[in-house]
Amino acid sequence: MKRRLLSLALLAFFLLTVGSFIHAANKPPQKGGTLPAMSLPIPKSPAEKNYLGLSGEGSFKIPQIKAKVVIIEIFSMYCPHCQKDAPGVNELYSLIENDPDLKNKIKIIGIGTGNSAFEVGVFKKNYAVPFPLFPDPDFTIHKASGEVRTPYFIVVNINKDGSHLIVHSQLGEYPGAKPFLELVLKSSGLK
Amino acid sequence: MKRRRFLHLAWVAGTLSVFAFIPMVFAISDAFKENIYNTGTLKPIDSVLKVKVGDRAPDFTLPSLSGEKISLSQYRGKRNVVLSFVPAAWTPVCSDQWPGYNIVKDLFDQNDAILLGITVDNLPTLYAWTHQMGKLWFPVLSDFWPHGAVAKKYGVLRSDGVSERALFVIDKKGILRYINVNDINKRPSLEDLVNALEKLQT
Repeated sequence: MKRRLLSLALLAFFLLTVGSFIHAANKPPQKGGTLPAMSLPIPKSPAEKNYLGLSGEGSFKIPQIKAKVVIIEIFSMYCPHCQKDAPGVNELYSLIENDPDLKNKIKIIGIGTGNSAFEVGVFKKNYAVPFPLFPDPDFTIHKASGEVRTPYFIVVNINKDGSHLIVHSQLGEYPGAKPFLELVLKSSGLK
Repeated sequence: MKRRRFLHLAWVAGTLSVFAFIPMVFAISDAFKENIYNTGTLKPIDSVLKVKVGDRAPDFTLPSLSGEKISLSQYRGKRNVVLSFVPAAWTPVCSDQWPGYNIVKDLFDQNDAILLGITVDNLPTLYAWTHQMGKLWFPVLSDFWPHGAVAKKYGVLRSDGVSERALFVIDKKGILRYINVNDINKRPSLEDLVNALEKLQT
């Protein structure tokens, strides 16, 4: 009996693992879908905590961010296009933060795929990135996100009931801060 | 009973064997589009080092992308040197490694170090490949002919003719102070390299 239970447990583990792998390999986060399960550490910096509307310690899930829309950039310190786009994404942050109508509605975060905390720190310092960046050293989030190439942008609407919906996603092709903000406003329904 | 046990074991072994074929995960920059050749998961290390920390680093002269020939000995007494061997152009991990080093020139400068990137590819291949990375601040050297001679001298030439993913830190006296022959399937820790460079100052 014990052996049968063990076998069933192993089978369930196997199916879940391989199943999620196949799922990940085929489906990057896309419009109309939801985010893969991911937890991020609550930032230690009070400014970043405040920006995201989080408190305490431990981890959080993206829909817990206090905003109507969250823009997620999956990037890598080692990716030339992420490096090239960094000033433009910083400008997007400034456009949002300098607009009283948008300031508390749209938040940006970056997830450094395959990057250690040190490497994410290097990227943040080099490009003076003003929004929170999170390391994904073991590719956990990257795997769950369909192993997308970088940079990959995801725009998510956060609903009042805590549910969420991806309203836009794109691989690279960052058009610059203003056109991208327009796209975010339209796709999220903020405009 | 024995048959059941055998079947059970076979089932578990079969399940576990599947995991061996799950490929490594690489983050690939969109800068390279669909041009990266997927090598799959390789034997982590496939060579035997011929040098050790404390040895004098073997000298070499190699052609570089800029057209100039570069010798290790030209930095003797002037700069610390980091040799970054990467296995091959147009492969997953290699294509991301040097663009990362490209944004940390300050970390090398702070430690009075120059970086020399080396692969066993020929210059035209290196030209096309590194062109996707933006302008690199460090010299890129071709260890193409005699094939992999420098990699062989250091003991990082693999049995299939590419080099290991290896880092060597050499001080101004020409002495090897840090060696990392990394798992070829993974990017070496930048933090470890920076720590090794910082130790040169002590």
